[in-house]
Amino acid sequence: MALENQIEIKGVTHAYQTDEGPLPVLEDLNISVPLNSFVAVVGPSGCGKSTLTRLIAGLMMPDEGEVRLHGEIIKSPKSTVGMAFQNPVLLEWRSILKNVLLPLEIVPNKLTSKERIERAMSLLSLVGLEGVEDKRPSELSGGMRQRASLCRALVHRPEVLILDEPFGALDAFTREDLWQIMHALRKEEAFTTLMITHDLRESVFLADQGVVLSGRPATAQYTLDVDLGHERTLEDLYTDQSVTMLAKLRREIQIAQGRSEKTEERS
Amino acid sequence: MDMVRKIAIPLTAIAVFLLLWEWLVWFNQWPNYKMASPSDLWPAFWKFKGLFLSYGWDTLWRTVAGLMIAIVVGTGFGMLMGFSKIMREGLYPLLVGFNAIPKATLVPVIALMFIGADDMNTVLMAFLISFFPIAVSVSIGLSTLEPEYRDILKSLGASRFVIFKKIALPKTLPEFFGALKVAVTLAFIGTNLVEIIEPHGKGLGFLFDSGKISADYPLMFAVLIALAFLGIVLYYIVVVLEKIFAGWAERAET
Repeated sequence: MALENQIEIKGVTHAYQTDEGPLPVLEDLNISVPLNSFVAVVGPSGCGKSTLTRLIAGLMMPDEGEVRLHGEIIKSPKSTVGMAFQNPVLLEWRSILKNVLLPLEIVPNKLTSKERIERAMSLLSLVGLEGVEDKRPSELSGGMRQRASLCRALVHRPEVLILDEPFGALDAFTREDLWQIMHALRKEEAFTTLMITHDLRESVFLADQGVVLSGRPATAQYTLDVDLGHERTLEDLYTDQSVTMLAKLRREIQIAQGRSEKTEERS
Repeated sequence: MDMVRKIAIPLTAIAVFLLLWEWLVWFNQWPNYKMASPSDLWPAFWKFKGLFLSYGWDTLWRTVAGLMIAIVVGTGFGMLMGFSKIMREGLYPLLVGFNAIPKATLVPVIALMFIGADDMNTVLMAFLISFFPIAVSVSIGLSTLEPEYRDILKSLGASRFVIFKKIALPKTLPEFFGALKVAVTLAFIGTNLVEIIEPHGKGLGFLFDSGKISADYPLMFAVLIALAFLGIVLYYIVVVLEKIFAGWAERAET
C-alpha cells in the first residue's frame, strides 16, 4: 500500500452564503495526497485556498463531496492534524517551549510531562531554536516565530500537516532558511503535507506535487509532478529542469487568472 | 540603582509638589479658608487620627467590595457581549445609556429605594460607577480574538471552554487590567458620592462633610490627601497584580 492516499478530496463543492446569494468558492475539487508526500496548492488569490485548509482541518463541512483523512470521512476536527498559518499565532503569554507544548495539553496522550518536554525540545533543536525555549514570542524574530509555530504544529506527531502560506510574511532569505528546515523536518518525522502558497519557487523546492487551482470557483486545473528527489539544495532551483517546471506553473496560473477575470467580468 | 530611581524619583516629585503648594499659599498670603497649606495638614491629621483610621476603613472596604462586584458583573457582561453578537448589539446601547447618567443623580434614588441600608447603598454605587469600563474592555478583548487562535485549538478538537481558558482569558487580561485601573478610581468616586451627598456618619466623605459644616478647611484638605493616598495604594495593588498576571504584555525596553 505504498501509494495509499492520506488526504483525499473528492468532488468537493462549497459556497459561502452572502447577502447577495451564495458565493461559490470550490467546485468539484479533487486532490489526493499520498502518504508522507508533500503537495503544494497554488492559485490566484481569493480562489478559496484557505477554505480548503479549513475543510481538511474539519473546521467546516463541504456542501458537496467528501474529505477523507486516512480513508475516514472528516466530520469534525481530528487531533491527527497539525496546522500552521502565515501569522504564527503564538501565545504571547507563554514561553516558546510552552507554546510548542500546547497541543499536547489538548490532544489525549500518555506522555509524562518530562516526555512532553523532551519531545518539544527535540523539535526545537531540529529547527535551530535551542537556547531560546524560555523566551517569549515577542523577543524572537519573525523567522524564529514561524519555526516555533512549525514545532507546535508537529509536536503531537500529526499524520497530516496543513500549511496555509506559512512563509508568506518572511523576507526572501529567511524564507529559504525555513524551506531547508522544512526538508530537515520531513527527514526526521513522518507526516503528509498540504501547503497553500503563492510562491512558485517554494512549491518546486518543497513539494512532490504542485496543484494549480483555477480562479473562483476553484477546481484543480493542473497537476505538476516535481521529480527532484528528496535531497534538494537551493541550487537545484536554478537547473533547466526546475526552470522549465516554474515556467509551466507560471503559465498555468496565468491561464487560471485569465479564467477568474472572465468570471468577474461576467458577474 | 534601578530600585533607587523607581522610589527616589516619585518621592522627589511629591516633595517638589508639596513645596510648591506651600510656597503658593505663603506667596499669596492665602488664609486657611481659601486654601490650606501642607503644613496645616499634619495638625489636622493628628487631631483626628482616630477618625481618619476608622472612616478611612469604611471608605476602603466599601470601595473594594463595590469593585469586586464590578469585576464579577463587568466580566460577566463583557463575556456575554464578547461571545454573542446579538448580546452585544442588544446590551451595548443600554450600558452606554446607563453610563451616561451622572451617578450623583442616582445617589438620592438609591437612598430612597433602600432607606437606611447605608453600607449596601455605598457598595452599590461604587459598583454601578465602575463596572462599565470592565465590561467594555473584556467584550472588546474577547471579540477581537484573531480567528486563527481559535482555529489552532479547534483543529485539535478543543472544547469551547478549553479555548476560553487557554486563549481568550489570558489574551484579555491586559485589557482587563487596563480597565481595572480606571475602575479603581471610579469606585472611589462612587463611594464618596454617597458619603458626601447622603452623609450617614461613615467614611472619609462624611469626615469631609463635617469639615465643611464646621468650616475646618485644613481638615477638608487632609481628607482629600487621605483619599488620594488610598487611591494610590489601591491603584498600585492593581499594578502589582497586572505585573504578575499580565506582565507578558509589557514589551522589554530596547
